[in-house]
Amino acid sequence: MTSLVEISHVTKRYGAVDGVRDISFALQPGQTVALVGHNGAGKTTLIKLMLGLLRPNEGNIRVLGEDPAAGSTEARRKLGYLPESVSFNTALTGREVLAFYARLKSEPVDCTGPLLDRVGLAKAADRRIGTYSKGMRQRLGLAQALIGSPRLLLLDEPTTGLDPGLRMEFYEIIGELRARGTTVVLSSHVLTELEERTERVIIISRSRLVADGTLDELRRIAKLPARIRFSVTQGGTEKLREVMGAAATTGTFNGHRAEFDVTPAQKIEVLRRAATAGDLIDDIDVIPPSLDELYAHFLRGGAA
Amino acid sequence: MRNIYLIAAKEIQESLRNRWVLLMTALLAALALSLTFLGSAPVGTVGARTLDVVIVSLSSLTIFLVPLLALLISHDAIVGETERGTMLLLLSYPVSRGQVLIGKFAGHLAILAFATVLGYGTAAVTLSATGSTITAQSWIAFAAMIGTSILLGAAFIAIGYLVSVLVRERATAAGIAIGVWLLLVIVFDMGLLGVLVVDQGRLISSTALSGLLLLNPTDVYRLLNLAGTANVSSFSGMSGLAGTVTLSPALLLGALAAWTLVPLAFAAMIFSRREL
Repeated sequence: MTSLVEISHVTKRYGAVDGVRDISFALQPGQTVALVGHNGAGKTTLIKLMLGLLRPNEGNIRVLGEDPAAGSTEARRKLGYLPESVSFNTALTGREVLAFYARLKSEPVDCTGPLLDRVGLAKAADRRIGTYSKGMRQRLGLAQALIGSPRLLLLDEPTTGLDPGLRMEFYEIIGELRARGTTVVLSSHVLTELEERTERVIIISRSRLVADGTLDELRRIAKLPARIRFSVTQGGTEKLREVMGAAATTGTFNGHRAEFDVTPAQKIEVLRRAATAGDLIDDIDVIPPSLDELYAHFLRGGAA
Repeated sequence: MRNIYLIAAKEIQESLRNRWVLLMTALLAALALSLTFLGSAPVGTVGARTLDVVIVSLSSLTIFLVPLLALLISHDAIVGETERGTMLLLLSYPVSRGQVLIGKFAGHLAILAFATVLGYGTAAVTLSATGSTITAQSWIAFAAMIGTSILLGAAFIAIGYLVSVLVRERATAAGIAIGVWLLLVIVFDMGLLGVLVVDQGRLISSTALSGLLLLNPTDVYRLLNLAGTANVSSFSGMSGLAGTVTLSPALLLGALAAWTLVPLAFAAMIFSRREL
């Protein structure tokens, strides 16, 4: 299987400061990948390396089979990029700017109409970009990235600063692209923003890759405790703790409610014992560790 | 080629939209017209003068104004787009940095040429419409003046790009551009004059003087226009210098071309190595 993007042992330094250090991964066609890391972790550096705007000090990068820094026209035509806080010349209209970028990619200018429609800018297309709101500029940014049905989309913090409604629309469009086999790389500084929409997560911390896998895989690796919440009849908390015995001991408890922190290995045993408790229990919720907890675990330097 | 054309066309479109072109043309036309018709007011008469005199006035105007306009549009070209973030997006497209630079150059030069031809042309056409008789030789000298003004503009656009790729901030580029303008348009000549007065012809031969004048594109332009034809040089008071300096028009044109191509080549080289 040929990878769309191959990064092997790439290091990029800015003077004495590391941008990214010894990072390796490969992206397959049709994957949606989240690049997550705190501000300044090296996400934008990594995207610029994939675009060929920066050259690595060490290591190799292949994007769509080419060295991106060589500036191959064919590879770049099949690549869409949305920069962090995208900006355009404010004197031109949305349609004019999009037409310019379409021509640069040797795509027919007619493609701009449907694209503007797609991102919800059809009505504002003939207004100057100077009058656009931040959300509208971001939509236009997405529209230009979609010109020519790219095989690889690099979106740098695409949803930062967007309202939730717009963010949903954004992910809908990305979902459609995934269905068509486009590889999408999204960067973000918060894992929760991605809302389980990506099949693969790459976490970068202090210039290094600290985790790479699906969310489920990461959860398994992190071995973070899940939480099982029981609603019990009045005063049943103590009885339930007796039922659990050694299977689960830690948690928070009050009159109606008992919450146990359980490792994945303990989970089944706890639920089995709960089944023997009979009328004691009104309701059960199993709460997996949140994305924030998972993210914090890896940023703290947890095993990957 | 196609990419260069696209970028040049976008540059022109933007300048038309933000009224840069209009402003520049209007400024040049207004100054050219007032020099043509009011230039003799200080000596007591108001009226049209011959085209040869107009060439002298407009050449002097060009030396101050065209470099300034050229630097104004060019100093921002690279660093401005980099700072606004539009360069990052542009370079992710299938276009090389060389194409970006040449395309911008073509666009900016077209804007400047348009403004110069229209602005100065207005003066000449008005002059001929008001009944002055203009000889074919004067028309040729006038056309040559416009042509070399555009070349001078090209040189300063290229110098502006070099400034633009060397700095990290727009404000720095603007400061350096003003410095370059002051140096080449004002300080250089004053310094040269001072040296010549002190030297009294002992060390600096006329060949050395010719060489020194080639070091400044505005002086090359001045020699081309003010000392060029016999008619004009007698009006401009440059005939003395023209006699001393032995530089052929071809060499002078070559010098202006070099003043365009060398900074442009350096700018392209630095820009292609620069990491964004």
